[in-house]
Amino acid sequence: MARQKQPKNELGKINLGRHLKKEWMMYSFLVIPIVYYVIFKYIPMFGNIIAFRKYSGGVNIFGEKWVGFRYFRQFLRDPSFWRAFRNTLSLSVTYLLFRFPITLTFALLLNEIRRAKWKKFVQTVSYLPHFISMVIIAGMIKEVVSLNGPINAMISAMGGEKISFIQEASWFPPIYIISGIWQGLGWGTILYLAAMTGINTELYEAAKVDGANRFQQAIHVTIPGIMPTIVTLLILDIGGIMGSNFEKIILLYLPSTYETADVISTLVYRMGISGGNFSYATAVGLFEGVIGLILVTTANLVSRKLTEASLW
Amino acid sequence: MAGKNADLAMSGPKVKESTGYKIFVVINTIIMIAIVFFTLYPFVYLVAQSFSSERAIYAGEVSFFPVEFTTQTYNVILSKPDFFLYYKNTIVYSVVGTLISLFGSAILAYPLSKNRLVLNKFFTPFVVFTMFFAGGMIPNYVLIAQALHMRDTMWAIIIPGAISTYNVLIMKSFFAGLPNELEEAASIDGMNAYGIFVKIIIPLSKPILASMFLFYIVGIWNNWFGPFLYLDTKDKWPVALYLRQIIMGATGTQEIGAGSDEASQIAANVRSCCMVLTAAPIICVYPFVQKYFVQGMMIGSVKG
Repeated sequence: MARQKQPKNELGKINLGRHLKKEWMMYSFLVIPIVYYVIFKYIPMFGNIIAFRKYSGGVNIFGEKWVGFRYFRQFLRDPSFWRAFRNTLSLSVTYLLFRFPITLTFALLLNEIRRAKWKKFVQTVSYLPHFISMVIIAGMIKEVVSLNGPINAMISAMGGEKISFIQEASWFPPIYIISGIWQGLGWGTILYLAAMTGINTELYEAAKVDGANRFQQAIHVTIPGIMPTIVTLLILDIGGIMGSNFEKIILLYLPSTYETADVISTLVYRMGISGGNFSYATAVGLFEGVIGLILVTTANLVSRKLTEASLW
Repeated sequence: MAGKNADLAMSGPKVKESTGYKIFVVINTIIMIAIVFFTLYPFVYLVAQSFSSERAIYAGEVSFFPVEFTTQTYNVILSKPDFFLYYKNTIVYSVVGTLISLFGSAILAYPLSKNRLVLNKFFTPFVVFTMFFAGGMIPNYVLIAQALHMRDTMWAIIIPGAISTYNVLIMKSFFAGLPNELEEAASIDGMNAYGIFVKIIIPLSKPILASMFLFYIVGIWNNWFGPFLYLDTKDKWPVALYLRQIIMGATGTQEIGAGSDEASQIAANVRSCCMVLTAAPIICVYPFVQKYFVQGMMIGSVKG
């Protein structure tokens, strides 16, 4: 790269015509992907405009006429929107509060395993659920919590009353959170473990010389060493708070559990795709997307101020 | 265990581990065994159910091992042509989709990895921006179903999600890490950019291509929501969508030919059996390819 005469990436300082003539073949690789991005990423992005326009189906996906904030006013008055909003936040926040420390602890414990084969085995097993289709995960959840499943078998063995977990609204959040941790625990440690292998071993040596035991090494060397990763993942998670596991919820919720299970994305699905209220559902979805964008930007800003670690 | 520990521990001088640490090792091992157990248990339970009699399942007798062992459920499911048809669809979509995705991602990531291409100053943000803001579910749906008329074709589930920007960025950082000398030498020998890409870059990129291949194929193999939205004809369904229908209990049992007479209830053994059959290929292949998944994630994390 150094041999290049032209300054790197300085548009304007070089002759664009000559550059294109020399590199047109390289740029030609981009033609198909860019067309793809325009059609399948940017057109839907601009398609959000139907949140402000009337659209009732048809080829012109940008709608028929402007209606301003009508659909926004509509959903802001809709109690089922507020229920979904509340559920989205409470499911995500509770999930994050449990998952984040558990994953970090698991990563630290994995890091303490000294027998390479055993460590590898635990990792391999714990990553597995990440690769299983949500349909199967949801099916498994239903089997495990069903009336004749192992959990109810344990309850009745202890003399308790069987519980129809899947049909009771109060049980949805625990099922959602526990199954999420079950599925994502192992895979969630990968980036931490990658960061841990990057820590300079001399730091551990120095800590040992200072008389630090393993626990103190973990606190004073390992955790500071992976702090940038912790912050990055936290930012991503906070940015994702407005999203929830749509696929899992739509496979597991029932009208009897909407009270705690219906989230914004499932509401968008029911309103828009099942109900055909495209514009209304788009307005709700856009609201979710914009809040998500604001959250991730804010979290990034705060962490840059506080820890100097940030995504951008 | 403890004696071995000391040698493996970070090449330091042999330090005698304290009693406290030995206790920690024991506790840690117990925690790990518990995690392995709880991770695998639901799979064990499904397999046990799939080989058990319906009576035993509904009596709540199945916990770890099949009760009243039978292969009847498998025989019934595998003797029907349906299941193979859906499986064949899954395989076709996965293979075709993955090849398209790999090709699209590679030809995008390659030029983006070259700093000398000054127009990347425009193209890179153009691509990356889509990770932060996207058209939601409805704009995508109306584009694909209403405007492009892809409904009820396999393209509706393959093309719209073909290129994952995240995967493109991983490939881009891999390409950027390749030594430039080979490309320069080939260029001096008169090889053009296409030749370099096919004859030099692709062979050098086998590890990352393997990772990407797996990420994409698992994604398509497991995909049920895209097919659920866009595929109306049942004969075109992938097995994941068929499975959804079974799990949701939407079909009558007579259609599958096993189980009780209750129309809307599909027997648990049939559900388990279908889940096992769908997950089996991934679970069987997974231990051997797991390292490529991890490797892909690592490359991605080094240079976000």
